[in-house]
Amino acid sequence: MAGLESQVGKGRSAFIKWVDDRFPWTETMRYHVTEYYASKNFNWWYIFGVLAMVILVIQFVTGIFLTMNYKPSAAEAFASIEYIMRDVEWGWLIRYMHSTGASFLFIVVYLHMFRAMLYGSYKKPRELIWIIGMLIFFVLFAEAFAGYLLPWGQMSYWGAQVIISLFGAIPFVGEALVEWIRGDYYISDITLNRFFAFHVALLPLVFVALIFLHIVALHHVGSNNPDGIEIKEHKGEDGVPLDGIAFHPYHTSKDLVGIIVFLMIFSAVVFFAPDMGGYFLEHANFEPANMMATPEHIAPAWYFTPFYAILRAVPDKLLGTILFGASVLLPAFLPWLDRSRVKSIRYRGWMYKLALTIFVVSIAVLGWLGLQPAEGIYVPMARVFSILYFSFFILMPYYTTIDKTKPVPDRVVYNA
Amino acid sequence: MHRTMSVGTALLALFLITSGLNAATKIELQPANIDLDDIQSLQRGARNFMNYCSGCHSAKYVRFNTIGRDLEISEKQIIENLMFNADKTFDTIQVTMPIEDSIRWFGTSPPDMSLIARSRGVDYIYNFLKGFYLDPGSPTGVDNRVLAGTSMPHILWELQGYQNAIFSVGEDGARYLDRFEAVTAGTMSSDQYDEFVRDTVNFLAYISEPIRSTRRALGVKVLMFLVFFLVLATMLKKQIWKDVT
Amino acid sequence: MTDDVDHIDRRRRHFLTVATLVTGGAGMVAASIPFLSSLKPSVRAKALGAPVEVPVGSLEPGEMIRVMWRGRLVFVLRRDKEMLSRLTDVNDLLRDPHSEIIDQQPEFAVNEHRSLRPEFLIVEGACTHLGCAPLAEFEVGPADDWFGGFFCPCHGSRFDLSGRVYKGVPAPTNLRVPPYRFISDDVIIIGTEPVTA
Repeated sequence: MAGLESQVGKGRSAFIKWVDDRFPWTETMRYHVTEYYASKNFNWWYIFGVLAMVILVIQFVTGIFLTMNYKPSAAEAFASIEYIMRDVEWGWLIRYMHSTGASFLFIVVYLHMFRAMLYGSYKKPRELIWIIGMLIFFVLFAEAFAGYLLPWGQMSYWGAQVIISLFGAIPFVGEALVEWIRGDYYISDITLNRFFAFHVALLPLVFVALIFLHIVALHHVGSNNPDGIEIKEHKGEDGVPLDGIAFHPYHTSKDLVGIIVFLMIFSAVVFFAPDMGGYFLEHANFEPANMMATPEHIAPAWYFTPFYAILRAVPDKLLGTILFGASVLLPAFLPWLDRSRVKSIRYRGWMYKLALTIFVVSIAVLGWLGLQPAEGIYVPMARVFSILYFSFFILMPYYTTIDKTKPVPDRVVYNA
Repeated sequence: MHRTMSVGTALLALFLITSGLNAATKIELQPANIDLDDIQSLQRGARNFMNYCSGCHSAKYVRFNTIGRDLEISEKQIIENLMFNADKTFDTIQVTMPIEDSIRWFGTSPPDMSLIARSRGVDYIYNFLKGFYLDPGSPTGVDNRVLAGTSMPHILWELQGYQNAIFSVGEDGARYLDRFEAVTAGTMSSDQYDEFVRDTVNFLAYISEPIRSTRRALGVKVLMFLVFFLVLATMLKKQIWKDVT
Repeated sequence: MTDDVDHIDRRRRHFLTVATLVTGGAGMVAASIPFLSSLKPSVRAKALGAPVEVPVGSLEPGEMIRVMWRGRLVFVLRRDKEMLSRLTDVNDLLRDPHSEIIDQQPEFAVNEHRSLRPEFLIVEGACTHLGCAPLAEFEVGPADDWFGGFFCPCHGSRFDLSGRVYKGVPAPTNLRVPPYRFISDDVIIIGTEPVTA
């Protein structure tokens, strides 16, 4: 059976006809929802795209309500957050949802990207989806960085101090650039106000635009699947891919389950462990920013730590900055670094599997190292794992060419 | 096979990440063992804080009427026993000492206590209040095991008495604090003083997040709803996917 | 047989869909409550809008002071015997001499002196036309229908010594009397109703 046929567009009401004459409503619903066919063998790695959108909506709504009570000035920012936590009705819940949402958005986005690495979702013809996704990733970094300054706590201030000063490493223009970013000779009320504008207005708009492009590009080509097979190569007489099922109601009903499970984990954190041991809400940030006292131990938010560890591993400031940038940028080149004829890890050889395992371990270890002080054995460790991280990418053209792959089946593997 | 690899590496990552949780602090801290649900302890802590701490330390985000509501203290009791220089019960806990004076006397202004339990942790504060020892070289006559060179005097000396610090040299040649020896007795026994400090630290933990008990109670309800919703959604999904072969 | 199974399936599918949608809808409504509630006055707003104590014992007869309550101007006037005697003279000139429009004052102010005690008038200093602050004009005349009261410079509305509005002026109603009570002989608190016995 081909499945439930789309009822959209059949026996349209007069109202819908009126709209359709003026706006591509039914057409859009058909193309993107009820007649968008994706593979039937999606596993739970495929939930993270939807979850990222759900979390983004949560961030938007909670963010707007926070903006109603937050004061973006150095004198009032910290106090305004305690005002939200204590005096605004339900303010505490809105704040915790926003801080938890930020960390969860990174978890979900990292897992979403990892899915692409497992199943080769960045490979032809999906390179552009991947590039747009990488742009979203960079914007997410910027948005999180700008947002983190807003509470104006000790970690907000000193974390920003460290990262902004990185730009000073750029030869010739470095110092002027840093001053231009700050808008002042030091990180001040002026810097805070403009970061507020970036976080609340500019970057969210860029997000929305990029996500729109990301989905349009995806729908143009069609989704990948865990077998890495192009389902459009085998269509039925009606033009529907044999291995495809309509997005609605199949993937929507399945995604709902995934979303609820996510909401349970999210709620467990929001209501029972919003600090997450100091990882989601850092201890030092419960102290107001003090320009005269640097905290003993400056660590960036957990989601930046792997890249921060790479930055610190290099003894030279400029080279460290360059490699820091490279470590974030390098994944963008995956579509061209990966020479394998095979998309999915299910049909790849042992070399790629080993390389990917080492990559995951390296990121995890680097992340942990980024939280430690840069001393003792941590220093050579960071260097070793940074090399491993870069090797994953740099050696990829080599090992993906010689890796012995398994034959890829014609049709997807699905067990009902 | 790749599934086990992914799981294995995820677990490894988790282990490494969680072991980072205890990084940084080298000073051993005795656990404070507070019980945030113990209202009597919190009431005593509120009294302790207002009587001994609020002369120098503000808690400027905390309102008296919030304390009254959460700690089951009547408005009359709040006004008579806790409010010294405040006017209305919706006022926040402020100090009378002007900042310029405190900087002159102590070199720094005593930090606000509203969030200290979240930024330093209850164990740190507990050990800090128990950790003063005699130091003739210091302007206040004391130093502290947890925060060396602190400008804070031993406010609670009458209750705890005074103690000396006995230092030893460790294997690595560095000097470390071995133990305390009581010099003069206070009005409280060691256990009584511990309880006094525990109550105070408990109160500090409470004021750092007064909404805590409400948040946890609501969390239970939210999760129960989501479980119910999950059951329905799973049944619906299975029903719809019956078509897929 | 297949028809029966299909029939059951479709009914079950429909039931589950409705049940899921209703539950989801209920969840979304519940989730919106915190957000909508957060727009209500916060604890700080309520604290700042708290009742205001005003000592009135030192007011001279005929003297008026201005105080702020909830961001609004409030006039506190101690009327002397002479001013009080003028109150009845004007009834024919007034739109609402008996304070029948109940929104403009608490119950205790539905009387000629529009207050708890005759000598003290407590009214909001906001003209009921468009909100300007009326001026105090307590002297009789020069116009022969003016026996003292409040005059609004914005559009010429006139109110008597109890804040009652004249006929033929733009303002539609009497000046508002806020809730207040005496906490002692010399002190009033504006913002709370008198405790009913």
